[in-house]
Amino acid sequence: MLTTRLDKVLNWGRANAIFPATFGLACCAIEMMSVVSPRYDIARFGAEAMRASPRQADMLILSGRVSIKMAPVVRRLYDQMLEPKWVVSMGACSSSGGMFSNYAVVQGADKFLPVDVYVPGCPPRPEALIYGIMKLQDKIMGDKAMGWRERYQAEGTGEVEPGIA
Amino acid sequence: MTDQDPLAVPYRERERSVTMERMGDQPVSGTDALLEDERHEELFTLNIGPHHPATHGVLRLLTTLEGEVVRDIKPIVGYVHTGIEKSCEDQQYWKVITFVERMDYLAYYFNATAYCMSVERLLDEEVPPRAQYLRVIHMELNRIASHLFALATGALDLGAITMLWWGCRDRDLVLDLFEMSSGQRMHPRYIQVGGVFEDIPPGWEKKVREFLAIMPTRLDQYEDLLDRNEIWLERLKGTGVISQERALELGVTGPLLRATGHPWDLRKAMPYSSYEQFEFDVPVGHFGDNYDRFKVRMDEMRESLKIVEQGLDGLPEGRYITSNRKVALPPRHELATSMEALIHHFKLVTEGFRVPPGETYVAIESPRGELGCYVLADGSAKPARLHMRDPSFVNLQSLPDMARDSLIADFIACVAMLDPILGGIDR
Repeated sequence: MLTTRLDKVLNWGRANAIFPATFGLACCAIEMMSVVSPRYDIARFGAEAMRASPRQADMLILSGRVSIKMAPVVRRLYDQMLEPKWVVSMGACSSSGGMFSNYAVVQGADKFLPVDVYVPGCPPRPEALIYGIMKLQDKIMGDKAMGWRERYQAEGTGEVEPGIA
Repeated sequence: MTDQDPLAVPYRERERSVTMERMGDQPVSGTDALLEDERHEELFTLNIGPHHPATHGVLRLLTTLEGEVVRDIKPIVGYVHTGIEKSCEDQQYWKVITFVERMDYLAYYFNATAYCMSVERLLDEEVPPRAQYLRVIHMELNRIASHLFALATGALDLGAITMLWWGCRDRDLVLDLFEMSSGQRMHPRYIQVGGVFEDIPPGWEKKVREFLAIMPTRLDQYEDLLDRNEIWLERLKGTGVISQERALELGVTGPLLRATGHPWDLRKAMPYSSYEQFEFDVPVGHFGDNYDRFKVRMDEMRESLKIVEQGLDGLPEGRYITSNRKVALPPRHELATSMEALIHHFKLVTEGFRVPPGETYVAIESPRGELGCYVLADGSAKPARLHMRDPSFVNLQSLPDMARDSLIADFIACVAMLDPILGGIDR
């Protein structure tokens, strides 16, 4: 009984103080930066403190097309983030490959990392991204298992450093 | 898996194009006592990027440092390589516009115009004067938005966060205009082969004039904020100097070249889309340092405001897109009454239009320099080859020349004032 309540308080705190990673990929990164700007003001939802280091962030916004060359880098960034962590896939490209159905683009970032919220659009309006972040807040508040590996039954899939055995 | 399997090699060792070796034989230049101190002789390789807030996207820079002094920079690109040029070969001509807009994602109107102008040249298609003026108005508004964002992010890199908010605030004013005229904030696909997609809506002109009225004050505010700021001046003045000769050798264009004092502007040198009918000046710098680049961009925004105003004043009446039904869609209301219009609509939407064999190169002045579009047509409804000469890609190679033998903080200022757009570099 008591632990459930504590979880609720913790999740409420987590949902209302998201630290997004400053991570821009392509066109959507421009709209992602607009979200911080005065008109849209993501600070109203407690997610304005963009962190340059993934170690200090708990939300990764995949803002743009993920190329095959970039995918290992994105995955490494994600692995460097501390639990609990969430991923918002912003735009058509990172959600499904979008219009770039070709050799260079990963057809959906969920092929190599778990994605919590998909925001459609090319690029999505800043309001759409804010709506996605609000959906993520709902998800955080209702979620008991905070680690994504437990959430998605993916234990034992951590990154293996080459050369370190 | 065998050793020959490339996927068996660890990712970091796979990038054979990059040598992580030290620059051992590099002569130590300068007579600075700090550099001659033997503790500082060792060179240090620092990897900046691809995830780094100061690199404006996913640019990776391998820097060789001697103490805090940058000795060499190797830009490594390709992290947003999207294969757009290859994808365009699979699309009909009118569908390619959507793809090219997403190359340089701060200058979407320019990408679309360069591409449409090259296709129009292959088709030998006249663009009505009204469409040319509408293109010019939208391109200049886009230039303002692009320079504002470059200024905002550049100032953020140098620690001036207020400029980010102010820049985004005023960029949103431009994007509102785009939304009103074409329906979307970014990548609106407004420029069409043969003209523009739609005429401007009623009330748009008034909105633009309101924007033109407030923008000069806003630009003065920016100059008040930045141009009198000691930190801003100290970090920009005299850093990242590149000579005019070297800039020309490297093929640098745009504000970077104009900052060195060379008045090269394609709007003046090779007028296109009736730019010859507009009165405007080409701002140039004196020294080619970061401060000149900042000033050139500021002055260019003022010139763009002048051009937009002239465009609205002299906006000709007439068609906004060519009347050639083989290229442009018929008006919607004709589809219900005219069989011919229906056939043209069906042909255009299903097959597209065919372009006679040939090749062409059209260059326009984008916010970052000469944006060229090369199209090779083979007579079918799809381009055989499409290539964009993106100014960011060419300008980026001047970065080692700018930042060599300067402090690493000045190098960040160089990247900020270089304004590279990685979507355009990698395509």
